[in-house]
Amino acid sequence: MNAYMPYVLCMILFSIGVYAILAKRNIIKIILGVVIAEYAVNLFLVLVAYKVGGRSAIFSETQVILPESMVDPLPHALVLTSIVIGLATTAFLIALAIRLYGKYGTFDITRMRELRG
Amino acid sequence: MSKEHDPGMTVIVKTVTRLTVGLILLYGIYIILHGHLTPGGGFAGGVIIALAFINLDLAFGGSASAKIFSKGKTGVVEALGAVMFLSLALIGLKYGGFLDNFLYSDGNPGQLVSAGIIPLENIAISLKVGAGLFGIFLTLIILQKFESEKK
Amino acid sequence: MISAGIVPLFVAIPLAGAFLIALFKRIKGIPDILGVFAPGGMFILSILFLLKMEIAQRIIYNIGNWGGFNEVLGRIVGIQLVIDGLTIFMLLIVNFVAFIVAVYSVNYMTRYTEKWQFYCLFLLMLAGMNGVLITGDLFNLFVFVEIASLASYALVAFGTEKRELEASFKYAVMGGIASLLILMGVIFLYSYTGTVNMADMAVILAGSQQPALMYLVFGLLLTGFGLKAAMVPFHAWLPDAHPSAPAPISAMLSGVLIKALGVYAIARVFFTVFGFPHQISIILMILGAISMGVGALVALRQWDMKRLLAYSSISQIGYIMVGLGIGTPLGIMGALFHLFNHSMFKSLLFLDSGAVEYAAGTRDMKEMGGLSRKLPVTSGSTLAGAMSLAGIPPFAGFWSKLIIIVALVEANHMKLAAWAVLMSIITIAYILKVTRFAFLGALRDRFANIKEVPLLMRISLILLSLVCIFGGLLLIPEVRETFLEPAVRVLISGIGGGV
Repeated sequence: MNAYMPYVLCMILFSIGVYAILAKRNIIKIILGVVIAEYAVNLFLVLVAYKVGGRSAIFSETQVILPESMVDPLPHALVLTSIVIGLATTAFLIALAIRLYGKYGTFDITRMRELRG
Repeated sequence: MSKEHDPGMTVIVKTVTRLTVGLILLYGIYIILHGHLTPGGGFAGGVIIALAFINLDLAFGGSASAKIFSKGKTGVVEALGAVMFLSLALIGLKYGGFLDNFLYSDGNPGQLVSAGIIPLENIAISLKVGAGLFGIFLTLIILQKFESEKK
Repeated sequence: MISAGIVPLFVAIPLAGAFLIALFKRIKGIPDILGVFAPGGMFILSILFLLKMEIAQRIIYNIGNWGGFNEVLGRIVGIQLVIDGLTIFMLLIVNFVAFIVAVYSVNYMTRYTEKWQFYCLFLLMLAGMNGVLITGDLFNLFVFVEIASLASYALVAFGTEKRELEASFKYAVMGGIASLLILMGVIFLYSYTGTVNMADMAVILAGSQQPALMYLVFGLLLTGFGLKAAMVPFHAWLPDAHPSAPAPISAMLSGVLIKALGVYAIARVFFTVFGFPHQISIILMILGAISMGVGALVALRQWDMKRLLAYSSISQIGYIMVGLGIGTPLGIMGALFHLFNHSMFKSLLFLDSGAVEYAAGTRDMKEMGGLSRKLPVTSGSTLAGAMSLAGIPPFAGFWSKLIIIVALVEANHMKLAAWAVLMSIITIAYILKVTRFAFLGALRDRFANIKEVPLLMRISLILLSLVCIFGGLLLIPEVRETFLEPAVRVLISGIGGGV
């Protein structure tokens, strides 16, 4: 069980984010929930790459480093892309929230009920 | 006794900002140029450069850096960065493949001038990301002024 | 034999168009020209690929000319782009509809501000969709899905009225969670197989024995892509988002986005990578049947024309899912043909509702009536699209629904076949509601002076209605061999391997 603790904690962090999206009424708290869930998934991706006792994946001119002793470098590139996507989503949601505040005068989503049926 | 007519923060913050903003920009450029040797690269360096300008804005009041970089110029820099990236990729098409690394043959690994088009792509991406983040910040400020005027 | 080097142009040219529009936004006419010629060029490129490729051929291209199959490691290194029969089929549909919508929006978007922003986002969405269709790598699929989704969130909120912002917020949050679930599924698959390349993963998964992990990944990927495809119970964003968008964007969203991001991704991942296990077949058929029912029955109650069409989209996606779920060649051919038809007639109907809104100024069907006298082209094309949706012979929609129902009967799912026929009758009911209330009947006084829509909008409507009327010709054996059959064969060949 101890070997899997980091992954379990990642999943708990993700469910905290999803709880914030579902149960909170303030738009800013919903956006924070999306951000927390996003970071939880990125953390999970980085943890998948870890090898116990591994070095960071950079070559050096002065030492001889075996590739087998490095951590897996592919998820590092993938998580960089994912962080940029998360940044774009967050920026867009915040711009929407500011516009919504201007139109409705409140951040409470239970007041925004124009669309029905 | 408050002299809050001057925009921005207190004198201490303004002095420290004047001293350190150049160093922050220098650090960002270092991360961009060494992107193929050490961790970092285009995206991280671009974010640091954008943060340097936002720092100026926070310390000196709402429109200090907007005089250097208005919204129109930021948009042009951003699009230029993206066009530079795509044109490097399409030039590679002539040499054998999209995004082909056609400058690869000179340099040894570990030196600053090596790894073909990757440093150039890093510079292009840093232009786009830096201008993009600063543009987002400017837009949100302008939106906020717009909303508070409507109330 | 065409060189594989022009494959990345499907993504590169719309991207270049978007960035050039952002650069030259103040020069008059540049956004319109680039915005129309980029999808047009992509459409001509995809026709070129269709004509020059032989029947069972597959073009594989390594990005940067670097990588490919590495003998030392025994697996594929680098990002690959793959074009096979299914890709060509979807590329033709997506680029044709994008071209028509771009021509239409030259006139329609003058009502909104900042036309260059619209074309910039539109070309970004097109680049994302093309990227989803040509990629051969699972994480690359996720990145392109995100590009197209982000552009569509911004396009739904384009008019910045109250309803549009609220609908876009709902769509953005739900779409964001779906993307995170897709990413989690991809991470689990990567940590199990050690590769993200789809062809490699199919080989590795064919000989694997981990049912618990596979069920978890099925659940995550089906939820994530199912939300993008608007299957029930993940459909709640669609009736708010599609009506609130401007009419050309509704046509793009309902016509191609939910198919390229949702249906195509499910077909590619579950048929090619996982080898279509039996549980997925049952789940797709059940969810498809529920979608058919919910979409059709709620559509009957609507008085807003675009909201009715949005619920109808949910219902028709249900048909496509049922067809895919059957798994026999006839069922898959019916599903793909229905996908083609639905793109054509749903885009046509949404563009028509936009034309009605442009000319008459309202979308509520209780206030309309008798518009057919004043708007001949609009009402004629709506009639063509409505006949195709209702499945009346000899329009194109009849043939695709017939093939799906015959495939259900052949595979011995009699109750589902009866349910599909019943839902077809309800489909006729709600589409007759649109035709009767909007176009027939007595003309009201306030509409006495409306004129027909401008020329470019009329051209796009006429082109789409021609495809709707003559779409049944796709079933002629010679045309079928080059267009539909390779797509069906790609999906069928995937069945059999995997868990």
